[in-house]
Amino acid sequence: MSDENAATNREAVNPRNGDGGADAVVLTGAEIVCECLLHEGVDIVFGYPGGAILPTYDALTRYPQLHHVLTRHEQGASHMADGYARATGKVGVAMATSGPGATNLVTGIATAMMDSSPIVCITGQVPTGAIGSDAFQETDVTGITLPITKHNYLVTSIDELPEVMREAFHIARTGRPGPVLVDIPKDVQIQEAEFVYPTEPIQLAGYSPPKTARARQVAAALELIRDSKRPIILAGHGISMAGANRELAQLAEKAQIPIALTLLGKGAISEHHPLCLGMMGMHGGAEVNHAIQQADLLIALGMRFDDRVTGNLATYARDSRKIHVDIDPSEINKNVTVDVGIVGDLGEVLRQLLDRVERRPNEAWFDRIAEWRADSELREIVRPAEAPQHPAVPEGKLLGAQVIRDLFEFTAGGAITVTDVGQHQMWEAQYYQHERPHSLITSGGLGTMGFGLPAAIGAKMSRPDQEVWAIVGDGGFQMTMMELATAVQERVNVHIAIINNGFLGMVRQWQEFFYEERYNQTPMVNPDFCKLAEAYGIPTVRVTERGQIEEAVNASRAQTAGPTLIDFVVEKEEIVFPMVPAGADLDDMIRRPTPAEFERQQRERAAEAKAEAPEPEAAAAALGSRFGV
Amino acid sequence: MAKHILAALVENRPGVLARVANLFRRRSFNIDSLSVGRTQRDDMSRMTIVMESDSAEADRLVKNLYKLVDVVHVDHLHSQPSVVREMALVKVRATSDNRREVIQLCDIFRARIIDVSAESLVVEITGEEEKLENFTELVRPFGIVEMVRTGMIALGRGGHTLKDEGFKPNRSRAAARRNVL
Repeated sequence: MSDENAATNREAVNPRNGDGGADAVVLTGAEIVCECLLHEGVDIVFGYPGGAILPTYDALTRYPQLHHVLTRHEQGASHMADGYARATGKVGVAMATSGPGATNLVTGIATAMMDSSPIVCITGQVPTGAIGSDAFQETDVTGITLPITKHNYLVTSIDELPEVMREAFHIARTGRPGPVLVDIPKDVQIQEAEFVYPTEPIQLAGYSPPKTARARQVAAALELIRDSKRPIILAGHGISMAGANRELAQLAEKAQIPIALTLLGKGAISEHHPLCLGMMGMHGGAEVNHAIQQADLLIALGMRFDDRVTGNLATYARDSRKIHVDIDPSEINKNVTVDVGIVGDLGEVLRQLLDRVERRPNEAWFDRIAEWRADSELREIVRPAEAPQHPAVPEGKLLGAQVIRDLFEFTAGGAITVTDVGQHQMWEAQYYQHERPHSLITSGGLGTMGFGLPAAIGAKMSRPDQEVWAIVGDGGFQMTMMELATAVQERVNVHIAIINNGFLGMVRQWQEFFYEERYNQTPMVNPDFCKLAEAYGIPTVRVTERGQIEEAVNASRAQTAGPTLIDFVVEKEEIVFPMVPAGADLDDMIRRPTPAEFERQQRERAAEAKAEAPEPEAAAAALGSRFGV
Repeated sequence: MAKHILAALVENRPGVLARVANLFRRRSFNIDSLSVGRTQRDDMSRMTIVMESDSAEADRLVKNLYKLVDVVHVDHLHSQPSVVREMALVKVRATSDNRREVIQLCDIFRARIIDVSAESLVVEITGEEEKLENFTELVRPFGIVEMVRTGMIALGRGGHTLKDEGFKPNRSRAAARRNVL
C-alpha cells in the first residue's frame, strides 16, 4: 500500500474522531480493528457474523470504506481471502465469529499456509473472563491453528490491539508469506482506549526475513552453472511472489537454460517462451521429467521439492549438482540435499547471478529435450478439431482435456483461471498456457477440494478488470457451491466451468490403476447444475459436444455482470496422462500410447479375446472332462 | 548420531512453549529433554533442548525454531565450549541398616541429602548427565522409590552469550505479557 492511500484512509475515519482533531482519540477495540484494516490498505473483508464478533460487525457500519462480503460459509471466506491475495499479492482478510465460525475457517487457513498465501483472519472469541470455561461457542482457535498459521495471536488487552494488528499484516505479507490469525475476545472489542496508530518501525526480535544472499554462495552457484552441460531451472511459486519474473527470463536467456515449472510456478515465465518447457512432476510433461532426471545441474528457484514434483527421492536427478534458492532457510536441504543453498529474496539473488553469469551454448542439451518432446507430441490427445485425431479419442465423446484447450483458445489465454482440485486441475495445468504471473490460482500444496469457486470470487473482487474463470469438477464444486449465492449477491462476474464427468475423476483414476477398477464411492449422482444455478438466477449453458464449446464460452464472456455457469458434460472415464505413480521414479511414467502402439494394442487385445473364447465343441469337451465324463 | 544441545532465547509470551512443543511433534523431532526457565531479562525465557540425532537433523531443528516468530535466537552449543548441568532428586530406600552406605555414596558424588524419613532419603544431585547416570546406577540396588530430573541446562563458556541485543521490549506489549509457560 502506498503512503498516500494510508493518508486518505486515515482521514476518513470514524465521525467520533472529528472534534479532538489530534492523534489521540478514544475508540472501542472493534473500531481500532477497523482503523488498523484501513491503515493496511484493506478494502474488502470476507466474512460471516456471529455473537462473539458482533461488536466488530457493528463498528463496520461506521467504516463504509471497508466493504464486507457476506459468504455462505466461513470456509468460503478464508478461500475468498486467499483468492483475493493470490490475484494481487495484497493481504486478504477473512472474519468470523468464535467456535464454529473460527473452525470453519480452518481448511482455508491450511490451504493458504501450504501455498504461502498472505491472509489475515480475524476471529471473535468469548470474553476474556470466560476463556477456558467451555463457554457457548468457545474454541481454542489459536491452539487449533497453531500448526497451520505462520503466526497467530490471542489479544488479551485492548492496549496491544493496534500493535498486534500491525504485526499480523507485516508477518503475513513479508518473507515467505502466509496466514496469520488474530483472535479477539468480545470484551476487548467493546473496551475503549485512546487510539494512536503506532508509527515507529515494527520490532520483532525473532522475525527478520532475509534479503540479500551471501556473496560466497552466489559465487559457488555461478561456478556450478559455468561447469554444467545439461542445466535446468525449476521455477516455483516464489518467482511470482517475489516479482522476479523478469529476472528469471533474463537469467534463462543469458545462460541459455531451459525452465521447468511447478504447478504453482505456472506464470513465472510465459509458457510461450522458447526456453519454457512446461510443468514438471506427477502429471507434468514426460519430456520435462526426463530433462530433470538427465540434467547435470538443477537450479531450483522458489520451489520446495514437494513429493509431487520429485517422485522417488532416492532416484531423483541422481547425476545432478543442485542449487536451491529460497527465502525460507528451512526449505534448504529439507527434502533434497543440495550443493549450494542460497537464502534470500529471489529478485535480489537473481540480479546478483545475472550480473556475472556467462552465456553458454547448450545446443546438444536442447536437441535431447526436443527428441523427448517429439515423442510426447505423438501421444497428444488434444488436437485441433479438423486435424487427424489420436485413435484413443472415443468417437463423439467430449474430453475434459479438450474443454480446457478450447477454453484457453477462446479466452485468448488471457484469463485468470482458478481451479478446484482433481483431474480438471491437471488438465488446466497441461492445456491452459499462462503468460502472466498470478494468472493461475490453484490449491497446490493442500489440494483442497472446494477451493475453486470461492477463490475465484475473491480473485475477481481483487481484479475486477480481469476475466476470471472458475474451472471446477463436479465433486469439488458441490463442496462449496453455496457460494453461488455470494457471487449473485455481490454481482461478481465470475465464469464457472464445471468439468462434469459424474465421478470423483482423479480418485477413480487411481482406483483404475492401483485398485483393480473397484470404483468405490467415486460415481456421483449429481443435480442438474444448470437448473441449480438458474434457481440463483445465474445464466447457464450445457455443453455435450466439442462443437458447442466456442459458442458457450462466448455467451459466458458476453455476460459482464454477475456469475455465469457452463456445465461441460464430459467423458466419464478419461485419464490424466502422463502419470508418475506415487513414490515411483520421476521418469517412470504411465503414458498414453502413441497411435501406432495404441493400434497394435487393440489388435493384440482382439486376438486375445478371440483365443480366449473357446469353440463350442471344445468348451463342451472341457466341461465334460471337468465333470469326469 | 550424537548428542546435540540447543539453547533458544524466546520471548516470554503466552503460548510460546506450546509453539515449540508443537514444532517437535509436527516435524517429528525426537527430543531427549527440554527445560525452560527465566533469564536475566523478564521478557525472555531460555529453552535448552537436547536431542540425539545426526547434525543435519539438528540443523533442521535450528532452522525450524527460527521460523517461530517468538524465537529470538538459537545456538548450537555443541559447536563451542559450554558448561552443561542437570539436577535430579532421587528418593532412595534407606533404613537404619543401610543408611550409612547411601550417605557415603552421596559424599563421593557431592550429592546433598535434603530429606530423611525412616524408610528413605531424598538426594539432590547436580552435574553432567554421565555423573547422574552413574549415581543412579549405584543407588539402584538400594531401591529407587521415585526420581525426577530437570533435563539439561547449558551456558557457553567465557564470553560466549546468546544474542539478545537489538531487542527492546515494547511497552504496551510488556504490560500485557504474563509469565505463562
